[in-house]
Amino acid sequence: MGDIRHEAGAGLPPLEVPDVMPPHAHGWWGRYVFSQDAKYIAIQYACTALAIGLVALVLSWLMRLQLGFPGIFDFITPEAYYQFITMHGMIMVIYLLTAIFLGGFGNYLIPLMVGARDMVFPFVNMLSYWIYLLAVLVLVASFFVPGGPTGAGWTLYPPQAILSGTPGGQQAGIVLMLVSLILFIIGFTMGGLNYVVTVLQARTRGMTMMRLPLTVWGIFTATVMALLAFPALFVASVMMLFDRVLGTSFFMPMLVEMGEKLSYGGGSPIAFQHLFWFFGHPEVYIVALPAFGIVSDLIAVHARKNIFGYRMMVWAIVIIGALSFVVWAHHMYVSGMHPWFGYFFATTTLIIAVPTAIKVYNWVLTLWRGDIHLTLPMLFALAFIVTFVNGGLTGLFLGNVVVDVPLSDTMFVVAHFHMVMGVAPIMVIFGAIYHWYPKITGRMLNEAMGQIHFWVTFLGAYAIFFPMHYVGLVGVPRRYYELGEPAFISTPVGGLNAFISVAALIVGAAQILFLFNLGWSLRHGRESGPNPWRATTLEWQTPQTPPRHGNWGESLPLVYRWAYDYSVPGAAADFIAQNDPVTIRPAGEQP
Amino acid sequence: MSIVLAFLALLVAAIGWWLAQQRLFSKPWLETGIQPMTMDSPATPPETLGLWIFLAVVGALFAMLGSAFVLQIDATPWQLVPLPRLVWVNTGVLVLSSVFLQIAAIAARHGEMRLLNLSLAAGGASTLVFLVGQITAWKVLTTSGHLLAGAPAASFFYLITGLHGLHILGGMVAMGIVWLRLAPGSRPKQAHAAVALCALYWHALLFIWIVLIALFTGWGNEVLALCRSVLR
Repeated sequence: MGDIRHEAGAGLPPLEVPDVMPPHAHGWWGRYVFSQDAKYIAIQYACTALAIGLVALVLSWLMRLQLGFPGIFDFITPEAYYQFITMHGMIMVIYLLTAIFLGGFGNYLIPLMVGARDMVFPFVNMLSYWIYLLAVLVLVASFFVPGGPTGAGWTLYPPQAILSGTPGGQQAGIVLMLVSLILFIIGFTMGGLNYVVTVLQARTRGMTMMRLPLTVWGIFTATVMALLAFPALFVASVMMLFDRVLGTSFFMPMLVEMGEKLSYGGGSPIAFQHLFWFFGHPEVYIVALPAFGIVSDLIAVHARKNIFGYRMMVWAIVIIGALSFVVWAHHMYVSGMHPWFGYFFATTTLIIAVPTAIKVYNWVLTLWRGDIHLTLPMLFALAFIVTFVNGGLTGLFLGNVVVDVPLSDTMFVVAHFHMVMGVAPIMVIFGAIYHWYPKITGRMLNEAMGQIHFWVTFLGAYAIFFPMHYVGLVGVPRRYYELGEPAFISTPVGGLNAFISVAALIVGAAQILFLFNLGWSLRHGRESGPNPWRATTLEWQTPQTPPRHGNWGESLPLVYRWAYDYSVPGAAADFIAQNDPVTIRPAGEQP
Repeated sequence: MSIVLAFLALLVAAIGWWLAQQRLFSKPWLETGIQPMTMDSPATPPETLGLWIFLAVVGALFAMLGSAFVLQIDATPWQLVPLPRLVWVNTGVLVLSSVFLQIAAIAARHGEMRLLNLSLAAGGASTLVFLVGQITAWKVLTTSGHLLAGAPAASFFYLITGLHGLHILGGMVAMGIVWLRLAPGSRPKQAHAAVALCALYWHALLFIWIVLIALFTGWGNEVLALCRSVLR
């Protein structure tokens, strides 16, 4: 046994980027509002995303009220119902999930986890947030314009999206939606460039790519994907905006509306679907990969065990990222396509299940005989695994053309994607907030409130979405304002729908308790100390908690080991921090 | 979507090459101590890397536009818009501006302030001429009856040239900022990297423009037909 102490400067490889202090903020405005510090930008991103997410939550309540108790709430007109659907989906997928994973966790964790003082382009990073905020405000503004927001469904399929039959189609709603998306993408590109270059160039000495925590790998890969996928949505949005405002016909075929021939003609609506889903499918993994990464770290920390198959986990993340670009047309089976085309996309879709299954096995094997602490982050991580497996399995059904075609427009699909990319990533977001809140604020979140939040959310989500699969299999179509009792549905589902709606109301209320907890614990939470979970990664080793400007005090940390040295035999503590220079040799081995 | 896929295949090759240098087969759980980073040294400055990644995003954007253009050719066969002769003059001017910026980058490297200022001025002026020329080309097209709200082929021409022009305009703003920083008294050494980045951006947009011209004139059709037959 022997300790090898590396002194700074002795035989160290040079830094990739010179160690300079990021610019200091001037005054209150510079420090707290127009901050260029990634940590503040992260909090701004996360708070904005949670605030707009609350709007989407209320919209889902209203939808469920209509579906569960049709005809009782007069203010929910068919138009309003479609607007609720559209805004709920768009906000949740883009303005909440994408923004909080990349803008929120990405900004907070990347510089701290790779041992950097800040992002490499702090000014551009600040712009990224303010453009995101502008995008959110434009989106919110669409609630207040005549005609209200667009009701075209979150996929905004033309031609209906910009015709008068759709709420907001001939008013300002769709225009504001498209402008907001364009702004979001511009803002995201600014942030995304930062995340990628920071991971590539600002890692501290010793932090090789294969020593990065999986959280960073997940966010990094997702950002690369987002940078390449969002241009498709950008192009689609600009083209549709031209169609709506300037009268072009990119996506508009010749149309007759109310017996009157419109001036459109010659465009292809299918082209929009290709562009939209070329973005839309990678988007699923843009949300899922950061969740995969974060959950790997939560499981390793709270099971006090190294992650099983680290290399395989990294490869799987990269392979999933690459494959997700060649599966987009599985969202378009019902749009009509060449059978071989469908065959190709069904095959690629099923192949993605392989790396994904590898990840699930590795999480389970990490838990196997681990020292599992059922802390709140761990509970949410376990809930994620179960939920993701559930949602993933129905994905295997729907990936096949013959199964997808009859199920495509039913509630089964709604249940599937809510499980796999709604509930599952949200579980990780909650787990991650419970995990990193002590580092961000220096205080623990209240445990009792957290337990209520977890159990109500977890059990409630299953109460909502398990019956919904059945409702879909029975044949209830999605996006119907009111069903009545049609002949093609053999079993009445009214009671089940009412049950789902009550569950949705209760689960929503639990989220408000969570938001209350976030504020309450800021003042009244238990002091956490610098490293309450006894974790190895660099963000827990900062000289101050919460980390100050520049993160690391005098000198950058040096990294001596990978991120998962938990329960190492022969070590003094049950974890060895990444910047701890101690060397442990297995018993019996001579120095 | 063949253009997008071809573009992504290129990127995947680049990313794969980079990943191959990251010791993906190492066993980090067995290794302690500080290891040398596996990136090439001296490292690329963050600004250069950032610009390359941004160019990849811009490339993806125009690849999507190109794909949408080709998808439409498939869906509804149409006549391509006859390009005004002015477009060829504009292309020549854009080539010229790219050359001027390359000269500026070389001048900056050697600290030749006079030549640097001159070539930046010439580069900026020729780029401006290009933009004015593009707008004039739009006018020529509209007067000959190819309106923005007409057949999709014309709409695509306006949309794609417009977005390309906006990117050029953004580049000119960036170049203006770099030039302001070159104000008398500053050392050209500092500006060297920034000017070189401007030149790189101009070359990239020139390259994109040439690919777009190939699409508009239909030169690319045969290549695309081949790609499509392979991908289907």
